[in-house]
Amino acid sequence: MIQANLKVYRYDPQTTQEPHYDTYEVKELPDFATVLDALIKVREDIDGTLAMRCSCRSAVCGSCAFRVNGHAKLGCKTKVSTLAPNGEEICVEPMGNMEVIKDLVTEMEVFWDKLKQVKPWIEAVGEPPEREYQVPHTKMVELQQPMNCIMCGACVSDCTVLEEDSKFLAPAALAKAYRVVGDPRHGKAKEWLTDLSEEGGIWDCTRCLECVEVCPKDVAPMDQIIKLREQAIEAGLTDNIGAKHVLHFTESVAHTGVLDERTLPIKAAGWGWAVKNAGIAIKATLKGKIKPLLPGSHPSVTEVQDIRRIHKQLEKEKRK
Amino acid sequence: MRIAYFPGCVAKGNCPELNQSTKKIAPLLGIELVELTGAPCTGAGVLQAQNPVLADTYNAKTLALAEELDLPLMTICSTCIGCLRKSNKKLSEDEGYRAEVNAVLKSGGHEYHGGVDVTHILYVLIKELGLDNLRGMVKKPLTDLRIAPFYGCYILRPASIMGIDDPDNPTSMERVIEALGGTPVDYYGKTRCCGFPIGLENEEASFKMAGKHIGEAKDKGADCMVTPCPLCHMNLDLQQPGVSRVVGRQLDMPVLHLPQMVGLALGLPLKELGFGKHIISAQSVLAKLGA
Repeated sequence: MIQANLKVYRYDPQTTQEPHYDTYEVKELPDFATVLDALIKVREDIDGTLAMRCSCRSAVCGSCAFRVNGHAKLGCKTKVSTLAPNGEEICVEPMGNMEVIKDLVTEMEVFWDKLKQVKPWIEAVGEPPEREYQVPHTKMVELQQPMNCIMCGACVSDCTVLEEDSKFLAPAALAKAYRVVGDPRHGKAKEWLTDLSEEGGIWDCTRCLECVEVCPKDVAPMDQIIKLREQAIEAGLTDNIGAKHVLHFTESVAHTGVLDERTLPIKAAGWGWAVKNAGIAIKATLKGKIKPLLPGSHPSVTEVQDIRRIHKQLEKEKRK
Repeated sequence: MRIAYFPGCVAKGNCPELNQSTKKIAPLLGIELVELTGAPCTGAGVLQAQNPVLADTYNAKTLALAEELDLPLMTICSTCIGCLRKSNKKLSEDEGYRAEVNAVLKSGGHEYHGGVDVTHILYVLIKELGLDNLRGMVKKPLTDLRIAPFYGCYILRPASIMGIDDPDNPTSMERVIEALGGTPVDYYGKTRCCGFPIGLENEEASFKMAGKHIGEAKDKGADCMVTPCPLCHMNLDLQQPGVSRVVGRQLDMPVLHLPQMVGLALGLPLKELGFGKHIISAQSVLAKLGA
């Protein structure tokens, strides 16, 4: 038997008490107990006022996502013994980026709102086939990854961009968007991708990998966002800073093998960016940090011809 | 020890002090850097959105160059190690994909067989050199210096690709700081994103991210921050005046590159470590150390 030492976030809007933490020594748990098992024992045996969501206890329903030691996890998939082999304190808090209703229960409206915004349904165009729609097996295998989402909210909880910009569609909705846009039966991919290329969409992801790390079902939302970016560029939706950033980055590397960070922002974001950042650029140049934009001032790899050859060949193959 | 050295674009571009300080500390640590002068950019997770096979092929070339030397590959950038390890895992585990990539590489005289060890100078200090050895090399301990580590994303996440330190509760940077005689400052933002990748697309969010972490480190009493990632350094140092404006707080936080911090403790002359190139002066740190 093991003991879990929990420090749990408490908040009850019906009282005047400020949010605070309560500690619990949860004794006589089986060796394989999860954080959720420990919380349930708190609620049943120690403090019946503790509010939380849970249902299946098997990492299927997605109800019991909390922040455990600062990172979103399913309580039912996180073993006490792995997290605290020597009886260390385990801190359990409600998910981030969401309003707290009570204790560990959060308002999921932000999650559902964003999901609705990406129109998570397939719209076929043209006459339906005589029999069923057919999709290549390899495509369905690839789409299985975003389809594995159990909508627990863990990725939304830990999204670093959403913390600073409430307009961001966030990982779960964008992964779902790829599940739709990537499906060959969907006839309006360009229309969907046009919407997704707007402010708050695919180009606002900072690629921090928090969503990939916390997802309990290996949906890898960031990877799905990168695929949406690739499809948007292929669809010709390149009149935005994000797409230009990618295109000029690739072009710069293809030229010398080394990214030229001095010219990329100007090419991607325009001369307005250059004017706005002129002061810091001059300061950095005077300090010898940034090299002046003179011919021959940018380094090149020794095998630059090989880099150009690889780029040319693979871009040609991609266009096929 | 000999190591295939991959400085990456930023250390040769906007953060030359990082490449400079790495080359200065390496001989003192007994590390011979064999620079891969033919190796291209890793794609930094950006190029991958246009042509993921192209990014993997560039990385396969870099990995093949290290393999030809029969040496482990060392980066000095969190983003580079993340991208190289992601390509390496795919190329090493998927024989069919490796053959497809090699079909392109071979025309340039290279072929990758898989399995090269891709590491970062942070992990070389801990796993190859050893913290006891590092401690023994210290000439000017960073005594009384409160240092807030800032990891950067790709050096920790995802664990399925990195698997070196614990992404939820990493300790590598703290252990190095302690070995050099400094005091690590713990704060929530140390493993979060600096915001650099969306600096062009969403500058306000990007700067708020950087400002939040710098502000938190300051509130915890840090004298300076230290990072193993030059992309993080650009948002934390180069852009700090703009970041201060956006968050409405004068931050004035010196940010060191990891090799600069090691160089200080090894007693290297300041000029050799490139502190003069920082936007936010490190004078307060140097004064505290009596340097």
